[in-house]
Amino acid sequence: MYAAIVFLPLIGFLVAGIFGRLIGARASEIVTTSLLFVSAILSWVAFIHVGFSDVEPIKVPLMPWITSGALEIDWSLRVDTLTVVMLIVVTSVSSLVHLYSIGYMSHDPDRPRFFAYLSLFTFAMLMLVTADNLVQMFFGWEGVGLASYLLIGFWYTRPSAVAASIKAFVVNRVGDFGFMLGIFALFMLVGSVDLDTIFGHGEELSTTTFSFLGYQVNAVETICFLLFIGAMGKSAQLGLHTWLPDAMEGPTPVSALIHAATMVTAGVFMVARMSPLFEYAPAALTFVTFIGATTAFFAATIGCTQNDIKRVIAYSTCSQLGYMFAALGVGAYSAGIFHLMTHGFFKALLFLCAGSVIHAMHDEQDMRKMGGLVKKIPLTYAGMVIGTLAITGFPYTSGYFSKDAIIEATFAAHNPFSAYAFWLTTLAALLTAFYSWRLIFMTFHGKTRASADVFKHAHESPPVMLIPLAVLSCGALFAGFILHGYFIGHEYEHFWRGSLYLGAENHILHDMHHLPAWVPLAPTVMMITGVAWAYWWYMLSPKTPAAVAREHPALYQFLLNKWYFDELYDFLFVRPTKRIGHFLWKKGDGWLIDGFGPDGVSHRVLDVTQRVVRLQTGYIYHYAFAMLIGVAALVTWAMMTGVGAP
Amino acid sequence: MSDWPLLTIVTFLPLVGVLFILLVRGDDEVALTNIRRVSMITTVFTFLVSLLIIVQFDPSDPGFQLVEHYEWIGGPFTYHVGIDGISILFVLLTTLLMPFCILASWDAIQWRVKEYMIAFLVLETLMIGVFTALDIVVFYVFFEGGLIPMFLIIGIWGHDRRVYATFKFFLYTLLGSLFMLLSIMAVYWEAGTTSVPELLQHDFPTHMEYWLFLGFFASFAVKMPMWPVHTWLPDAHVEAPTAASGVLAGVLLKMGGFGVLRYSLPMFPVAAEFYAPFIFGLSVIAIIYASLVALMQEDMKKLIAYSSVAHMGFVTMGMFTATTQGIQGAIFLMLSHGIVSAALFLCVGVVYDRTHTRAISAYGGLAKQMPWYAMAFMVFTMANVGLPGTSGFVGEFLTMVGAFQVSTLTAFLAATGIILSAAYALWLYRRVAFGPLEKESLKALPDLNLREKFVLVPLVVLTILFGVWPNPVLDMTAASVDNLLQHYHAALEVAGQTAQVSH
Repeated sequence: MYAAIVFLPLIGFLVAGIFGRLIGARASEIVTTSLLFVSAILSWVAFIHVGFSDVEPIKVPLMPWITSGALEIDWSLRVDTLTVVMLIVVTSVSSLVHLYSIGYMSHDPDRPRFFAYLSLFTFAMLMLVTADNLVQMFFGWEGVGLASYLLIGFWYTRPSAVAASIKAFVVNRVGDFGFMLGIFALFMLVGSVDLDTIFGHGEELSTTTFSFLGYQVNAVETICFLLFIGAMGKSAQLGLHTWLPDAMEGPTPVSALIHAATMVTAGVFMVARMSPLFEYAPAALTFVTFIGATTAFFAATIGCTQNDIKRVIAYSTCSQLGYMFAALGVGAYSAGIFHLMTHGFFKALLFLCAGSVIHAMHDEQDMRKMGGLVKKIPLTYAGMVIGTLAITGFPYTSGYFSKDAIIEATFAAHNPFSAYAFWLTTLAALLTAFYSWRLIFMTFHGKTRASADVFKHAHESPPVMLIPLAVLSCGALFAGFILHGYFIGHEYEHFWRGSLYLGAENHILHDMHHLPAWVPLAPTVMMITGVAWAYWWYMLSPKTPAAVAREHPALYQFLLNKWYFDELYDFLFVRPTKRIGHFLWKKGDGWLIDGFGPDGVSHRVLDVTQRVVRLQTGYIYHYAFAMLIGVAALVTWAMMTGVGAP
Repeated sequence: MSDWPLLTIVTFLPLVGVLFILLVRGDDEVALTNIRRVSMITTVFTFLVSLLIIVQFDPSDPGFQLVEHYEWIGGPFTYHVGIDGISILFVLLTTLLMPFCILASWDAIQWRVKEYMIAFLVLETLMIGVFTALDIVVFYVFFEGGLIPMFLIIGIWGHDRRVYATFKFFLYTLLGSLFMLLSIMAVYWEAGTTSVPELLQHDFPTHMEYWLFLGFFASFAVKMPMWPVHTWLPDAHVEAPTAASGVLAGVLLKMGGFGVLRYSLPMFPVAAEFYAPFIFGLSVIAIIYASLVALMQEDMKKLIAYSSVAHMGFVTMGMFTATTQGIQGAIFLMLSHGIVSAALFLCVGVVYDRTHTRAISAYGGLAKQMPWYAMAFMVFTMANVGLPGTSGFVGEFLTMVGAFQVSTLTAFLAATGIILSAAYALWLYRRVAFGPLEKESLKALPDLNLREKFVLVPLVVLTILFGVWPNPVLDMTAASVDNLLQHYHAALEVAGQTAQVSH
């Protein structure tokens, strides 16, 4: 069964990818979508089986992969509670997105290719979450990177889409660089890349040092730090986040599936999976907290100024991922994973609703050209409101349980950056409410700013797109209420059963339930403030935002231009790299190596021959003289060396 | 059957094909087709026969197998061939790639077809001979002999600047060879034999090792090619006809790496250990430098050539780590690169045949017009980038695992190569296959025809197969690599003790 969950999407990919043109678009859609639904149903069965009973973690060995000396890497699946949680998130969202895409992409001629890529992505993601060793995880890790690259650049005739796809791949590779070094270090110190073997060495590694780049460093801290760099790339954390907003160039279902619900959470999953190591690496965890909290705040500030509906949600994703890392950093792994799951549902919902809006508006994404859509597309509006309630943490929606749990955990924690994390995530909760409601008000309320023609033709999406919205709405509303007891509450031990590891000193899950009374209220108060703020600016007095922007041009430009990260990286890395490349090619190869090497030699040879040519005077006695000298030299040499002597 | 001289048969079968080609008279279309068919049949048949080698090969035996030993030109020089776990893969790689190269030349070569095919078949014999030779003089003859057909192929059927490219190629390799010839003479005078198995057991005086190592290495480094003696490669690739580029990248470059494993490491362990940091340095420079240069290329073939230099940097790095993972990774990477880079050159050939330009800027948006081509090209691009699941990953990963154990700095710097390779490879792909299809000259290009599918599809399959299931290859090399490493480390230990005693 577990192998079927993972490999059914692969079959779908192969069928649609190779025979797609043969069997036609409709058949490709049906094959891939139905295979994924089967996979999703099996995942729920697995979730109930593994999550709510006492079975041991399951291993499904498939075949050996790489065997070289002491290095033995197998293809094998590992299924424990953490895995099944990821399985249901991935397969549920993916199957719904497949279904939705049948409607959304119905006018695209390349549908077989699109569905093949979606299934390829799902397969890679499932390999990632079921990996039993780090290299297989890396396979899934890069596999989702490939699928994301292909899907961002799906409309490859658009230069901006192709540029975004390359950016996504290369920035992710920067993260992978860290991930790989982490794997190398683990293999060197532990002699294996198997998760169980590695976890057994956590404590030992915390007292080991090894020489890295000439410094003696603590083993577990360094390894965790390197692995986290990988996670930063995949999960678009501060510094390596620049690819995520650009990734919105891909079709909207892709944004929902890959760049919101699943792939970008791979980094969170990885850190949680490696919790038996991270628990021994307090400094690395502090760094995780710092980056997570900073990203949560930073991305939220940018989200407040963007005008592209998808980009607002993209920055919101970035910010929510920051929340998850903040939770991981303070040791509340289960809270992080809980938020990962609820976020998967409500963020997919938000994106698919945005897709429905874009669909209705004939591919218009600029919120400044929307407004007043509530009467035209009421069902989409309902979905969008549900998603927004959930993300802002409206009481008893799923975000209320998971996000507030994170904020409480940062308050209860004791690491050097936990207070920093508490204040930033609380502030970010305010901004989240602001930008999320801003989106709703700008899109659905007020007088429309769309052209009359477009507005007249705006229409509700077909049922094939609305059904996924309905299902996800249920998830966004109820998942938190139903499951919080298992994820972070009293059933904690029984549910996770060691798939997340907590050190002996780590009492965070206990502490976060015993806080001053104002702390659990703070996020809700922030949420209400944010809503009120958005209502004031975008409903009551729509001129205020522009006026504020005029009064603080520097701040506005700074936020609008996303803290100038793209410009900075372009200046620091992209241009110099190209310049150095060009220099090495023309000067290094052309002038230095060739100039003093083969070209230089051949020029000297030519010079010499020219001089020799000048020696050709045409007088016979000159030649005869030269020959005589030559013969004399030859004979002398023969006599001296004894060549030819018997 | 087991007492057939299998290796000799495989080595010289292509020459039988040459005989048949010589028998073809006339140069009308019928004759040309016959010549092509004979070459094709010969190479396919050679490949099939070479598969028998696998059947007879025992992977658990680390020594030389299928050994044949005959008198030759008298004196100590004998015709002595055999294979072990290191060389068998290179023989197979050669015989595997040749039919694809012949197919790729089917329509591209219209001029002096007979001579072209003869040169290719002779080249195949010489290349196989390099990998099977167990007499160092036989090795040298094959190693240098391979230059001549390649020299002719580039010089006669090459593009505009072919003369410059051939001379550069010749100058570099000749210089390297001279040093190796001197070293071989010195080896013979010192050890009194040219038999490789005996030489591998011979204990060379330490002071000699340092010089002999350099002598051999000069030649291998040029062949690899290593930075800074790599500049012949881009020119040779650019000027060579498609199939020759494929062979050059696929097989000829591997001779250098093979030479290091067969001669440098086992014969001169002390020197290899001594020079290892220096070679790590050169390898890392090659990886970063060549990747940066590749980024800025305007010519498709040149870009792939520079990426070859970068990949060979991983190979040299892996070999000199003297770890199981490093060496097995290096061998695997050579095999994988043999398939992938040859395939990439063949991909360039596909569009070159249609448009007659290699300039990247002349392309764009091919994915629309040639979806099958775009798909195959994507697979090879990803293998070149080292994506897990393709064969490119396994080799790069293993060499870096090996390097990390020996020098974290080397592995760290080499790992930056994975970022740069993604940048240059995807950028190339973007400029060729993606973007709007605007150029008039490209709007009517046909997708892959049947012949081209026959060339590219098997290579795609192999690339992915070895990516998810590399163990057959790794198992084949395991025993010989272990054996090599045991000798290597034992020799170092002895040398270490002697050094301590003398202090």
